[in-house]
Amino acid sequence: MNDLFYISAAVAVISTAMVITKLNAVHALLYLIISLLAVAMVFFSLGAPFVAALEVIIYAGAIMVLFVFAIMMLNIGPEYAEVERKYLGRAAWIGPVILAGILTVELLSVFVRGGGPAAGTGIIGPKQTGIALFGPYLLGVELASMLLLSGLIGANHLGRRDSEHRSGQGRGVS
Amino acid sequence: MAAIPVEHGLILAGLLFALGLLGVLVRRNIIFMLLSIEIMLNAAGLAFVVAGSRWQQPDGQVMFIFILAMAAAEVSVGLALAMQTYHILKTLDSDAAGRMKG
Repeated sequence: MNDLFYISAAVAVISTAMVITKLNAVHALLYLIISLLAVAMVFFSLGAPFVAALEVIIYAGAIMVLFVFAIMMLNIGPEYAEVERKYLGRAAWIGPVILAGILTVELLSVFVRGGGPAAGTGIIGPKQTGIALFGPYLLGVELASMLLLSGLIGANHLGRRDSEHRSGQGRGVS
Repeated sequence: MAAIPVEHGLILAGLLFALGLLGVLVRRNIIFMLLSIEIMLNAAGLAFVVAGSRWQQPDGQVMFIFILAMAAAEVSVGLALAMQTYHILKTLDSDAAGRMKG
């Protein structure tokens, strides 16, 4: 499994470098998703399968979908249909597809050779993590729930389109 | 086959963090700055998981879960702020927001 660690580390670094150098936000998002998947593979090879799954589900799933929504909401209008078609040309997706193919080969090799972390490192599974999370770290879980609630309220407040404050600012005193 | 040295994992985390920091410093688009902040948070979580794997303790993974929750809250507020900035300033350039009223 050591080679899996190094290959996915290389994929992560390459795709992260592409994220910060791409000019187009959608292309950068494609590379960032690949980077997060590669980091998930790194977690798996370090014997942390639970956070590897969380990385794929929450980071590459939920948070990236949020980014895609925001980018697509900023580009509303008929003139952007053509732009959007240009976003996903061959040159845009061929790089992420190659990197994702490398990760897929790694995944298949795990299936074929049999799983398990790198030699010398044991697996810390969901059970141990859950016992630690809801045992000594219970206060942290409560704090995280409050943080998420405040994030929800903050996003709701900022997302309002026609609050009295801003409409009053925009149209004068009327 | 020897175990993966903890230094290699930390070097990877440091590289990813440096790339994220570079992104925040050189990009002026708010969406890209948020993406770079996500990269940095992810790199910090990777360092925690590497350390947890080194000492065979679940604490590193617990910290990663907290970082995940914080990143989710941060990105929702940050994207809402980016949308507000776009509606008010008609641009996503962070330098355009450099001047305050009053």
